[in-house]
Amino acid sequence: MRSRTRPVLGTVALAVLAAGAGVAAAQGPGPVRRAGKWVVPRAPDGHPDLQGNWTNGTITPVERPSGQERALTKDQVVRLEKIRADTIEKLQKDSDPNRPAPPKGGDGSVGAAGMVGGYNYFWIDAGDRVAAVNGEFRSSLIIDPPNGKIPPLIPAARARFGELAKRMTQFGEYDNPENRPLAERCLMSFGSNAGPPMLPNYFYNNNYTIVQTKDHVVILTEMVHDARIIPLGKNRPHLPKQLRPWMGDSHGWWLGDTLVVETTNIHPQQSDQAWPPYSAVLRGGENVTVTERFHRADPTTILYRFTVADSTTYTQSWSGEVPFKAMPDLIYEYGCHEGNYAIANVLSGARAGEREAAKKTQER
Amino acid sequence: MSGVVRRSMMVVAALVSVMPAVLLFGAASCQAQRPAIPRTAAGKPDLNGIWQALGNAHYDIEPHLARAALAMRPGPVVPVPAKEVLALGAVGSVPAGSGIVVGGEIPYLPEARARRDENRADWINRDPEIKCYLPGVPRATYMPFPFQIVQSAKAFFIAYEYAGAVRNVYLKDPGPPQVDTWMGQSVGHWEGDTFVVLASGFNDWSWFDRAGNHHSEDMTVVERYTMTGPDHIRYEATIDDPRTFSKPWTIRLMLYRDVNPDARLGQFKCVEFVTELMYGHLRKTPIK
Repeated sequence: MRSRTRPVLGTVALAVLAAGAGVAAAQGPGPVRRAGKWVVPRAPDGHPDLQGNWTNGTITPVERPSGQERALTKDQVVRLEKIRADTIEKLQKDSDPNRPAPPKGGDGSVGAAGMVGGYNYFWIDAGDRVAAVNGEFRSSLIIDPPNGKIPPLIPAARARFGELAKRMTQFGEYDNPENRPLAERCLMSFGSNAGPPMLPNYFYNNNYTIVQTKDHVVILTEMVHDARIIPLGKNRPHLPKQLRPWMGDSHGWWLGDTLVVETTNIHPQQSDQAWPPYSAVLRGGENVTVTERFHRADPTTILYRFTVADSTTYTQSWSGEVPFKAMPDLIYEYGCHEGNYAIANVLSGARAGEREAAKKTQER
Repeated sequence: MSGVVRRSMMVVAALVSVMPAVLLFGAASCQAQRPAIPRTAAGKPDLNGIWQALGNAHYDIEPHLARAALAMRPGPVVPVPAKEVLALGAVGSVPAGSGIVVGGEIPYLPEARARRDENRADWINRDPEIKCYLPGVPRATYMPFPFQIVQSAKAFFIAYEYAGAVRNVYLKDPGPPQVDTWMGQSVGHWEGDTFVVLASGFNDWSWFDRAGNHHSEDMTVVERYTMTGPDHIRYEATIDDPRTFSKPWTIRLMLYRDVNPDARLGQFKCVEFVTELMYGHLRKTPIK
């Protein structure tokens, strides 16, 4: 959890320098830029070059809020982005040094005095733009089904997840470290950052590094330093069914100028214990196949499309589109487990709560 | 020109021409001993692949004999394995190693050496590997796990199997590291056919091995990756840390390619494997 304040400042400085350099370049010989014409950068093997740092942070939610159309109007976009900008401004304000201690349990806000662990915006980087795809501003990342929602589960899957929910209740949320969400245990990112599908977590660290050779594409998800190594080449055999690594078993191939990545064998816990509400997102079971498509859309965008297919879970497959925007900042080391005081404190807090409750019962 | 003079000139010319021929021949035979290495389109050595160190440097980078266990306690005659590791028997014992420190011994300052000895005696509580913490540099290189180098014209990325550690070796210096980290910040460049990496910005929590060898946050590491054949990398790392060592010192070892055509890096996200060790006592009902 670190702020990008310093790198952002660095970026501003760089931008100023670059602007100066631009003036200098205009005055003398420099790199030729064909006005208005962007050429897809290519790797030495001729395929589009996807390398660099990218972020998929956005304020567009995965599922469409009720009552909205797929495309947002300009006015709606302006309003949504203004609300977010105002929130950020408010949460970025310095704390009043003379403020009283927050009430026990927090003041109910999501800010620094709010719930335990509430952060001000120094720590947060949740995205401040509505996702735009080919000039269309989107109300949801999901575009198929056309209502922008994850499709209903088939009855067998509903029963399966009912069982899971019951089990979680039986064990109690805080009884064991394994009952806690994967992100809290530093096993995986919040939400479905690493995926696949790779979705924004609407909180922070929605950042990726892509490295590409003729044989491999590596996608590093900043949170929790998870590198998905994708061998390239069609018709590569998948892992045996019983081997289900974190982020699954991916392989990819080029279809024209689009990188296609197919993933199966996703770790069972990634659907069972992801951070709510995203547990629903990856509710696919052992038969889920995620197909991702990466396409360089413009100088600052990879258009990322994904399809989740599992006929033993969903009544239909579902697809979404997420713009990955070029990020000038560096990726940090998300050394999460190494400083994970939270999980121990959460569990010991639960034990303390139980002791207090037992004492009260005795006193009665 | 008389025939005599011409002949003698020819002799001189012949002698002169022999010398480069010897040199050339020597070079050619040297090349014959050194098989060609794979190269990128730009002509640089192509280090792409899955690599792993052999040997037992991960136990102790200094030369050492085999011993009964990593954690020991006094016995009536000789030290015996500590209670915590006793059940592992021979599996928990330490194999011998010839060491990878050039010159054999790490040039510790006296206080730092004392701390190393304390670390070793209290290994079971102090070694970050036990808790699945990130390995640091250079320890990541010779852990008993492979790692994959992903090298393109624009990037040099290393993914380590152990703990899913990663390093993105920048080819352009982004400036001083902004924060201290386990894996540090790495900047690489080519010196001829050797890829040289300057790594800095470390915290002081990582170790060099399971023998308590340690460093401070002032450590810098200069690594040199040199392919000596298509399937071999000579790895050297020079460690400089004036707060811990009296002078810079170097480790040297070979890295071997996994030549299996189906080779792939496994996944060893060991965080979940240490859940019981680290948090088991906080369960509602601790496991007896």
